[in-house]
Amino acid sequence: MAYSEKVVDHYTNPRNVGSFKKDEKGVGTGMVGAPECGDVMKLQIKVEGERIVDAKFKTFGCGSAIASSSLATEWLKGKTIDEAHTIKNTDIVQELNLPPVKIHCSVLAEDAIKAALADYKKKAETETK
Amino acid sequence: MKLPIFLDNHSTTPMDPRVLEALLPYFVEKFGNAASRNHSFGWEAEEAVENARKQIAKLVHADAKEIVFTSGATESDNLALKGVIEMYHEKGNHIITSSTEHRAVLDTAKALEAKGKARVTYLSVDKHGMVNPEDVRNAITDKTVLISIMLANNEIGTINPVKEIGKIAKEKGILFHCDATQGVGKIPVNVQEMGIDLMSFTGHKIYGPKGIGALYVRKKAPRVRIAAQMDGGGHERGMRSGTLPVPLIVGFGKACELCEQEMEAEGRKLAAMRDRLQAGIMNALEEVYLNGHATQRLPHNLNISFAYVEGESLLMGLKEIALSSGSACTSATLEPSYVLRALGVGSDLAHSSIRFGLGRFNTDEQVDYTITRIIEIVTKLREMSPLYEMAKEGVDLKTVQWAAH
Repeated sequence: MAYSEKVVDHYTNPRNVGSFKKDEKGVGTGMVGAPECGDVMKLQIKVEGERIVDAKFKTFGCGSAIASSSLATEWLKGKTIDEAHTIKNTDIVQELNLPPVKIHCSVLAEDAIKAALADYKKKAETETK
Repeated sequence: MKLPIFLDNHSTTPMDPRVLEALLPYFVEKFGNAASRNHSFGWEAEEAVENARKQIAKLVHADAKEIVFTSGATESDNLALKGVIEMYHEKGNHIITSSTEHRAVLDTAKALEAKGKARVTYLSVDKHGMVNPEDVRNAITDKTVLISIMLANNEIGTINPVKEIGKIAKEKGILFHCDATQGVGKIPVNVQEMGIDLMSFTGHKIYGPKGIGALYVRKKAPRVRIAAQMDGGGHERGMRSGTLPVPLIVGFGKACELCEQEMEAEGRKLAAMRDRLQAGIMNALEEVYLNGHATQRLPHNLNISFAYVEGESLLMGLKEIALSSGSACTSATLEPSYVLRALGVGSDLAHSSIRFGLGRFNTDEQVDYTITRIIEIVTKLREMSPLYEMAKEGVDLKTVQWAAH
């Protein structure tokens, strides 16, 4: 299978690889997928006020899965929480030119974003209590 | 060193220039139809075909008359299974095969099952991918007409105890078909000693042309009969009609002759190169696992799983080296390798497997380059892997509740 230029670019030069400490203030962590399925994504956001100031990822998976999560971190940075909720897997498919067989990679990336946002929300609520 | 490097010699092999030289005259100058009996063009073609038949038969210790030309190993497997089931349907309809056979055997068996023509037992293999001959014996019923077990596996290179299986087949009077596609020309094959009645193999895995293969069909003790699956001019003793592709057959013959002469030395060279590759990778990287049998395997095969790294992403980082992966992402089905699963390799490690297939034209320099690049890319991808991070933190990945999708 030939990869799109953008997938190759994200795979070769992945943006924002790394981890924040999970218990750090303002950090939300999303971990989705399973090793048996061949892909696991960990996506983290760092929030200050209402805005995502930083994002990081680590992914076990094919090139398209790595590219989807790399792109997701790029898009998340600078967005408000509400804006982050509007990122759809179809946007990722379009941007990376993913073939039908790789659409699940974009779905996983969207799930990872949602999971990270939910984790942040949960933590923020307990912190304010 | 020239790039890219071809390390996928289980999928196919480049044609040996000596093979090309031998077959070229049979396209333009010596173009006759080997079935033309009444002019010199036909005689010339027939002579070339019969010479090739001898070269091929010699490599596997068969008689030239026992070689039936086909388009390749897939057709040979189809002809063997379907031909035997159709010919011996009054005697029985049961086939014994194994779960790690090539799909040309498995899908043919499944097609016969679906049409209600056969009942099939799929034997499981041990953790090294080997069939236990006693399992074959225990699966035999009074309806069993065919045992079909491969010589060596195309993914993991494990060599089956074919001789023992052949002995059991003889003892019970059941025909034994062996898919020897990966083994012929690489390791010694002797249809007499191994008790093989039908055997599939092909030209393009042994530095010959694509589009030509053979089915060995035993003529004596017992005389094996198969129902033709291609009707027509009655070529190949009525077992496979169709004008013989003389240039391809000449090339196949030459390829077999070269294997016969060079196999022993080449096998030693390839095994040394393979061991160098294995040691180079395993000494440098932790949590790397060999798939298949440690010693009973093809000299040119190496199949290993790199924990915490997904196979397709590994291949993507090694695009100047041609390799193959058991990862789901490289298959159309999104399921990881059924061969590795049959060995009991976990799905996670099956997704992380890479098959290296060395060949006649690989060099130590290419092997060393591959070692360096593998170490580089596995290290990079592990740094990027959440699983590696968790393992390093001491998390037991087996106890994690994954949100499967």
